Amino acid sequence: MMFAYTGAELWNIAVMQGFAGLSLFSVLLLMALGLAIIFGQMGVVNLAHGEFMALGAYTVYLCSTLVSNHAPALQPYYFVIAIFVAFLVAALVGLLVEWSLIRFLYKRPLDTLLATWGLSLIMQQSFRSIFGAREVTPTLPEWLMGSFKPTPSIDIPINGVFVMGLTLLLTFGVWFFMFRSRTGLHMRATVQNRAMSDAVGINTKLVDRFTFCLGCGIAGVAGAAFTTIGSTGPDSGSRYIVDTFLVVVLGGTASLLGTIASAFGIAQAQSISEFFLEGTMGKVAVLSGIVIVLMIRPKGLFPSKVRTHS
Amino acid sequence: MKNIYTRVFRGGNGLASFVAVALLLLVVLPCSLDIFRLNLLGKYLTYAFVAVGLVMLWGKAGVLSLGQGVFFGLGGYCMAMFLKLEASDPVSTKIQSTPGIPDFMDWNQLTHLPAFWIPFKSLSFSLCAVILLPTLVAFIIGMAMFKRRVGGVYFAVITQALALILSMGIDSRQGYTGGRNGITDLKTLCGWDIRTHHAQYILYFVTCALLLGAILFSQWLLSGKVGKMLLAIRDREDRVRFSGYDVSMFKVAAFCFAAALSGIGGALFVLQVGFISPSLVGIVPSIEMVIFAAVGGRASLYGAVYGTLLVNTGKSLFSENFPQLWLFAMGGLFIGVVVLFPDGLAGLCDLARKKTGLAIKKLRAGSSSITAPEIAQTIVKGEES
Repeated sequence: MMFAYTGAELWNIAVMQGFAGLSLFSVLLLMALGLAIIFGQMGVVNLAHGEFMALGAYTVYLCSTLVSNHAPALQPYYFVIAIFVAFLVAALVGLLVEWSLIRFLYKRPLDTLLATWGLSLIMQQSFRSIFGAREVTPTLPEWLMGSFKPTPSIDIPINGVFVMGLTLLLTFGVWFFMFRSRTGLHMRATVQNRAMSDAVGINTKLVDRFTFCLGCGIAGVAGAAFTTIGSTGPDSGSRYIVDTFLVVVLGGTASLLGTIASAFGIAQAQSISEFFLEGTMGKVAVLSGIVIVLMIRPKGLFPSKVRTHS
Repeated sequence: MKNIYTRVFRGGNGLASFVAVALLLLVVLPCSLDIFRLNLLGKYLTYAFVAVGLVMLWGKAGVLSLGQGVFFGLGGYCMAMFLKLEASDPVSTKIQSTPGIPDFMDWNQLTHLPAFWIPFKSLSFSLCAVILLPTLVAFIIGMAMFKRRVGGVYFAVITQALALILSMGIDSRQGYTGGRNGITDLKTLCGWDIRTHHAQYILYFVTCALLLGAILFSQWLLSGKVGKMLLAIRDREDRVRFSGYDVSMFKVAAFCFAAALSGIGGALFVLQVGFISPSLVGIVPSIEMVIFAAVGGRASLYGAVYGTLLVNTGKSLFSENFPQLWLFAMGGLFIGVVVLFPDGLAGLCDLARKKTGLAIKKLRAGSSSITAPEIAQTIVKGEES
């Protein structure tokens, strides 16, 4: 089948397919960043993570509807503000969830898993009751539409580039925050040795709450970014939850670099296999590959070098 | 003989629970429900096999699998393949372009039976596969994971991924598996029509008998060394390992046992309901099966049966009357049972038994003439103490 193309066509396909892979990479990384903080740092399995993304997406949709109804002049600029609003809304709901549910379950990780699954069902049904079962799309500003063409046969969509830029920015932000700020230092200290952190005066309970809140906020931003490339439905979050977890687990839970690397690897593998294998078979192949890798290297590709007391 | 009796029933207490479940399933429900409802109940009881397996795996050994639907599905598909081949004999499929193969294969332009379908022409092979295939898959996964000391949430996440892989894989190979619609139109088992009321009654009682047998066998396993080891692994895994035991093999065994039970449940599901589809294999059904066990009490074998019946009856009542509220109720159930009642119904029963026991003891110690308010007071005091 590969021989049916000429050299130039193959090159174009490679570029477009590579770009599709990069686009998927930024999507996976965006989803995994928040989870890498919540699951990787705190060890809390938040199965409602996808719903926090949907929450961010719905927030953008609300902003868009508000703007187009009350202040159409702001239409070109609202999206940037909406991203911040999405962060705040998701972080606030995350705060509420941590305070009312998660903090009772830190000692029982398996139970957190079931409780957050319950939470995800409730959030899904809430979305369905409030926004309806149909998928919604916010009105995007003009500058996000269209595509640019470096050559006549290559077509690169602008929204994809936007998502990629946002991903880079957010990844850098997370890295800076975790490794260059005092709060980030507290977070990492709490993960490594909770008792000792307590002893040197870090308020570990507050750190937990903040970490969860931050992870949810990042999920909200991810959701906001997704509105530029697809529509949002009540169950769009749950569709990606397994992929997201696999990205984090494959990367090695406590490693930001690992998360980035595994998101890149999974995205490229998936976009290549989807081109050669029909339908969902490509995804099945990639997922099976990940599971097999995880059976051989259970701690992920970049395991943490730190010994932790478990 | 007496030894087995005490092991299985742990004195009188276990016998009472067993008799209660047996009476409910074999006498009370068949007498009070029509065949439609009873068939529905039989379907729920096939999920109870999975729940009993989860009690052994999660409640006793502390390993949570979110992929039990995989094994339920494997068992179900093995049974369904046999029944489908029987239903598509050359005479009844003569309008197809290739008679003698299942209809969905014909629709997908397959001209001969795929090789992995051929052994399923034999009933004994299919029945063995119902149990052995899930066990084998569980063995491979268990060996790979537990030998490398992967456990806890990692195991849960990876088993969840397996559920997704299998359901998507079945979905995408329509010609070989029936695709999203699954394997439907199953009619007879060795010439015996499984769709008649009479057959449904018989299948219901077969399901009950096998379920009760599975519970007694699990009880027997738990009362011996295996049971003590599983509990010890759940509570202090490293100490068991330091004592020189191979922890991983016990976990693998528990996982295989749970998988085999789920496979049997899946096969009985197919016999009673007449179809199987990937929607019974995926992430959502797998995690719902966990909640059946959790509601009944994650460490209680009998609780698993009550939990399954209760949640499923609730589900059908809710989705008939208030479909919008069902997900709220289910979500609330997940959260409530984990946060407020980690021991489920069985925990509540124990609590009630303890309190009434206390109250009765106090009553016996007190004077002979007691009024109702005093009894109430004693119970309240029992709650406080």
